Amino acid sequence: MAEPVIKLEGVCKSYGVGTPVETEVLHGVDLALERGEFCALMGPSGSGKSTLLNIIGLLDRPTSGQLSIAGRVTGGLDDKALTQLRGHTIGFVFQYHHLIPAFTALENVMMPILLERGRPDAAMRQRADELLASVGLTQWRDNLALNMSGGQQQRVAVARALAMKPALLLADEPTGNLDTHSAQGVFDLMRQVNRTQGTAILIVTHNHALAEQCSRIVQIVDGRITTDRRL
Amino acid sequence: MTGWLPFEWIAASRFLREGRLQTVAILLGIGIGVGVIVFMSAALAGQQANIVRRVLSAQAHIVLIPAREIARPLRGGQPGVAEAAIIQKPLQRVRSIDQWQKIIQEVDALPEVTAVSPMASGAAIAQRGEANRSVTLQGVDAERYFRIVPLPEKIVSGQPRLGAEDIIVGVDLATDLGVRVGDKMRVAVGTGQGATLTVSGIVDLGTKGANQRLTYVALHTAQALLGLIGGVSSIDLTVNDIYAAEDIAQRIQALTGVEADSWIRTNAQLYLAINAQVIANTTIRFFVGLAIAFGIAAVLIVSVVQKSKEIGILRAMGGSRGQILRVFLLQGAVLGLLGSLVGSALGGLAIVLWGVLVKNPDGTPLFPLDLDPKLFLAAALLATLSGLIAAFVPALRGARLDPVVAIRG
Repeated sequence: MAEPVIKLEGVCKSYGVGTPVETEVLHGVDLALERGEFCALMGPSGSGKSTLLNIIGLLDRPTSGQLSIAGRVTGGLDDKALTQLRGHTIGFVFQYHHLIPAFTALENVMMPILLERGRPDAAMRQRADELLASVGLTQWRDNLALNMSGGQQQRVAVARALAMKPALLLADEPTGNLDTHSAQGVFDLMRQVNRTQGTAILIVTHNHALAEQCSRIVQIVDGRITTDRRL
Repeated sequence: MTGWLPFEWIAASRFLREGRLQTVAILLGIGIGVGVIVFMSAALAGQQANIVRRVLSAQAHIVLIPAREIARPLRGGQPGVAEAAIIQKPLQRVRSIDQWQKIIQEVDALPEVTAVSPMASGAAIAQRGEANRSVTLQGVDAERYFRIVPLPEKIVSGQPRLGAEDIIVGVDLATDLGVRVGDKMRVAVGTGQGATLTVSGIVDLGTKGANQRLTYVALHTAQALLGLIGGVSSIDLTVNDIYAAEDIAQRIQALTGVEADSWIRTNAQLYLAINAQVIANTTIRFFVGLAIAFGIAAVLIVSVVQKSKEIGILRAMGGSRGQILRVFLLQGAVLGLLGSLVGSALGGLAIVLWGVLVKNPDGTPLFPLDLDPKLFLAAALLATLSGLIAAFVPALRGARLDPVVAIRG
């Protein structure tokens, strides 16, 4: 069997290490996510969901425990290697869409490839065009990111997250800021990506209706996984 | 995306364009600063060149004279005996420089030296009828000497001609003696030797002292009058870098053994005044430059804070610290460069206005400020460099931002 896309073993995270206010927010989390899984991560505010997502996304390091991404143990990697691994294997979709306002929709989608290769070329432009078409926003390609609706921006963000053909898509409440209709649209888009490309998706959400449409729901409370249910 | 520029260029230009008001304001700030620097530099150079030109147009940059005669007591002191010798200072006769032809050849071969001219000079009395004036008689080789002091440019009447019987006099001496071009006058030296010469030209040397005292005759005429047959009393030099004159003089002194006086030493007060001006001016320019650099740094620090979320996203999408660092360094350099263009335009305008508005009573510009392209190039280079340096701290801050904190913030 192939390596899991994500593998966490006994991951702990503390903030304020070495100070009187040291607090552990993750207490030995074990979790594995296979290719093609579409997993919802649920839990109350302050339960450690975002921290877990940041650690999996290589934006933050665990205090102890081991994390492997696409079969690579990340513990010994330096910032440069982490940045590279992140760029190649992980796509992010954030709650507040987080497009870069000074760039157009097309340029935002190109951005991960541009950061990787250093300068733009026709191939990445074409790839971004295709992605934008797949999220149904071809006619908005030259609009600055700020001049689009929330749902549109989030679809651009999904397209951007897929630019590097990542093995893993991490989404932190991607629909939290959208009306029901737009939320379902963005969710459907992600599910379609999951089905057609086999991209593993981990999505943090408070929306039970959406979570029920995933293939797996993981509940986290007070920094521990309480339930892990496959649908 | 704009052409095929690297990511850093695209992002830097987009960020600058996005913060339009900030960018325009800081560009104006840099521009005014650079404009002041450009104008002050041009003014300093113009004023300095003007003063030096006025002073040096009537004198050589370096004058070689024979080593001074020193009286040496020949009595050796016996051990244990102190002698209170009274030494009379020797008279400084008019003497020739030993082997002056050879020295001229040696000095002429130096690359820094642009012109060399031998001179036989001494004190004399100029007489015409009842009037007589003490003058300095300067015997020169016209062709060589005019390359050091351009007498032909200073002629107010007559010809810059120095035949055996000719004499060129200053305007005030001509008035005092009542001579005009073509008139005869007698020149006598202390030993009683004398000659009757014809005024061939009258010159205005710029200062009253010189116009009253200085006379020019042919070299051999002066040699005969002063009893310096075949000899010269001094050698005049000009050099390509007038501010290096003192160094060159010392080297010549070491090379030839004759005494070499540079204009810097003979006009010490003037040189000090010029130097003080340079220091004051440089200080002001330095602090204006510093103010520019801090302005750029301040704008970029704010920009890094404003853009921290974008920086976090870029990092999350695989952007490296180096890329973020370069985006902000580039912004600093671009601000410096564009600001220096604005500043060069403002400074250039000020220089042109100066030429039009600030004039002598006779309508000529007070002193010319030249639009030296090198000055603008230097300003652009310096501003770009200081923009780059000023951007360093903010850029480093941006590059070190923790993406988690940046995105959440």
